[in-house]
Amino acid sequence: MGMVTRLVAQRLALGLLLLFAVSILIFAGTQILPGDVAQSILGQSATPEALANLRKEMGLNEPALSRYLDWLGGLLTGDLGTSLSSGASISEQIASRLANTLFLASVAAIVSVPLAIMLGLIAVRYRNRWPDKMISGITLASISLPEFFIGYLLIFFVAVKLAWFPSIATVYESMSFWERLSTVALPAATLTLVVLAHMMRMTRAAILNVMQSAYVETAELKGLTAFDVIRKHAFPNAIAPIVNVVMLNLAFLVVGVVVVEVIFVYPGMGQYLVDHVAKRDVPVVQACGLIFAAFYIGLNLVADIVAILTNPRLRHPK
Amino acid sequence: MPEDSSLLEIRDLRIEATVYPPGEAPHDITIVDGVSLKLKKGKVLGLIGESGAGKSTIGLASMAYGRGGVRITGGEVVLNGRDVLKAGKQGLRSLRGKEVRYVAQSAAAAFNPAHRLMDQVVEAAVVHGVANRAEAERRAKNLFRKLSLPDPDNIGKRYPHQVSGGQLQRVMTVMALCSEPDLIIFDEPTTALDVTTQIDVLAAIKDAIRDTGVAALYITHDLAVVAQVSDEIMVLRHGKLVEWGRTQQIIKEPRKEYTNQLVSVHEIEHREKEPSGQPVLSVKNVTAAYGGGPIDVLKDVSVDIHPGQTLAVVGESGSGKSTLARAITGLLPPKQGSVEFAGRMLPGRLAERTRDDLRELQMIYQMADVAMNPRQTVGTIIGRPLEFYFGIRGKERDQRVDELLEKIEMGHGFKDRYPAELSGGQKQRVCIARALAAKPSLIICDEVTSALDPLVANGILRLLLELQAEEDVAYLFITHDLATVKSIADSIAVMYQGSVVRYGSKSKVLTPPFDDYTDLLLSSVPEMEIGWLEKAISSRRMESAGN
Repeated sequence: MGMVTRLVAQRLALGLLLLFAVSILIFAGTQILPGDVAQSILGQSATPEALANLRKEMGLNEPALSRYLDWLGGLLTGDLGTSLSSGASISEQIASRLANTLFLASVAAIVSVPLAIMLGLIAVRYRNRWPDKMISGITLASISLPEFFIGYLLIFFVAVKLAWFPSIATVYESMSFWERLSTVALPAATLTLVVLAHMMRMTRAAILNVMQSAYVETAELKGLTAFDVIRKHAFPNAIAPIVNVVMLNLAFLVVGVVVVEVIFVYPGMGQYLVDHVAKRDVPVVQACGLIFAAFYIGLNLVADIVAILTNPRLRHPK
Repeated sequence: MPEDSSLLEIRDLRIEATVYPPGEAPHDITIVDGVSLKLKKGKVLGLIGESGAGKSTIGLASMAYGRGGVRITGGEVVLNGRDVLKAGKQGLRSLRGKEVRYVAQSAAAAFNPAHRLMDQVVEAAVVHGVANRAEAERRAKNLFRKLSLPDPDNIGKRYPHQVSGGQLQRVMTVMALCSEPDLIIFDEPTTALDVTTQIDVLAAIKDAIRDTGVAALYITHDLAVVAQVSDEIMVLRHGKLVEWGRTQQIIKEPRKEYTNQLVSVHEIEHREKEPSGQPVLSVKNVTAAYGGGPIDVLKDVSVDIHPGQTLAVVGESGSGKSTLARAITGLLPPKQGSVEFAGRMLPGRLAERTRDDLRELQMIYQMADVAMNPRQTVGTIIGRPLEFYFGIRGKERDQRVDELLEKIEMGHGFKDRYPAELSGGQKQRVCIARALAAKPSLIICDEVTSALDPLVANGILRLLLELQAEEDVAYLFITHDLATVKSIADSIAVMYQGSVVRYGSKSKVLTPPFDDYTDLLLSSVPEMEIGWLEKAISSRRMESAGN
């Protein structure tokens, strides 16, 4: 077990290091962005004196390094700073937004991941025959359509024509779990359609790759059913690449949902970010960027660790 | 008891496949052409032939299985009175893994790395309802014990990567026996093993066949191996039957010329040369480790190679043979010791050697097809050293390439071909020509004939000897095959766990008294003699009892 613990610890340390590097990048990136918060708050007609006063008040005149260290210190104590535009604590604002985004992402993930893997297994079982071609065709079509288009299609047919689910996915504190679930049904369905093809194709490719192995031939010559050969002998050896692509898509579900949130007017992180980019609210943009980066790094870390844990050579050394 | 105790009968089997050769239209070729055979219960039939003879294809066809795009297009395969080819999906499943089992060449690849051995060993028996899980495990443990696997009660808890190659091959045999089949197809089960391991696995397989009364098709390219286990032998070539007879008759009185060639394959005349003059290459007390690690892969190795002579380095896998080649060529700078070329110290690191140093030492590898750029023509491949070392270009280069092709007994026509269009033996010849083009004093040959069929390998060895006589080039010949060593070496170094345990002229090294390891190595080489296996095993037991 020693080797596995060491490898996992190594990955975690690397993840933290990467996050630190990303924080520098985000900070530097927002510094070179054009535009000025003071200007955008006060408007074009503001006097130079008023602008200078506001800048001083907001600490915008301090050197970049000390502002970065302040920000970093705040981050380490859980304080994401205050929004320049509203003056409210970013941590508080983000908490509910992030919870909404994670709820939507989880619903989409719980549907799409098992579905994609099942479809992948079925595609391998009937490879190059009609079920495979149909699955590939449908998932490719859904990934080829832009997500806003899928979203509007679903709104038109499912919400307007059939009236099964609401077209606007605004959630409130007071909603029950089931109400929430029905509210996010359409955005979750849109996201599922967007990520399904990638995961399904990767599952199919990873298992097909393993299907060439001598041990799959051994399993076939044991007289196992075709599905058992795939499930028991091919799939366990294809987990690492599959988990990798699954994690990449889960990260997309958290980070890449901006368009879908806007279409369905869903109060998540994406909308929050877009609103504040428009307002030149740098601390909010920085905080959102860092949280997104943390999710990307965290989920990819999980993929790495799963790959380590599912490798019998590492779990059971000689 | 029925009169006819025939278990497997194949009649007029025809197997085809579609091939896609580069630059040609895809077309069908016949892999097995009208082969018929009969196997009685409890008997062993050896199928022998070179690669492409169709032996594995026939073996798998008896389970109605075709690898890749192979199609069974005609004939009958009757097992236990039923035509396997007409069994249908359901029927095939109930037959595979129950009535017929398959033991593959590379157990390391044929076991699923994700599951414990026991789960894989009992799987078929449990799925087919031959036994319940507990009963199957009990049976497997008994078989582990019978095939003298270490710690038979617990070895099943291990994963495939946790046991050695020889043990894995025996576990694979247990896996086959566990569902008490009527027939086992052994497909080159010992080919990937070291010669000292092969003998144990061979004995285990033979005992298991005898004790369980299972019938077997034993597929191999090694006539001496098949002679130990078979009642009858069938010689195949290009998918056709050449000769079929009792083992004794095939090896002692072959009726066909081709069988005769197979039987006498290793007989190359080579008179040992006396070491003379200054050595072309001296390895002095070389110790080396990979990645600066603490484990020495080479331990204080010293050998000399004389001009125009062959030093054979023999040993099992992991003995350090190829590492020695890496140390000599500068790919692995030694920790201690030196490599001298014609009396002059060579820098340990490749990057510090001059172009002329590089030219003097050339290499030929085991896998000829991966040692050549698949997108270059034969002419470009052979011409490259001419340009690189001598700056020869244009017409003169083409002329030299032609001469070299002549030397390796291939015509000018090959100049514009790509490696994929050549046979295995031709590829290796091109590699030889490429090495010769640099006019080296020494060529390191790393297992150059191991991947080739015996007759083709024989041709390569003859060619190497002829070229040595013409060009006065020395060879460092790395191999695990003692028969090859006997036919070409002038001196021999036996390596074991990184050290040279025996070194000297061929006659000296191969004359008793032997050290223990050389004795083990020499006595493990199968001989074309019925009963050799039993003799070798019993003399080994006596020795260990005597110690």
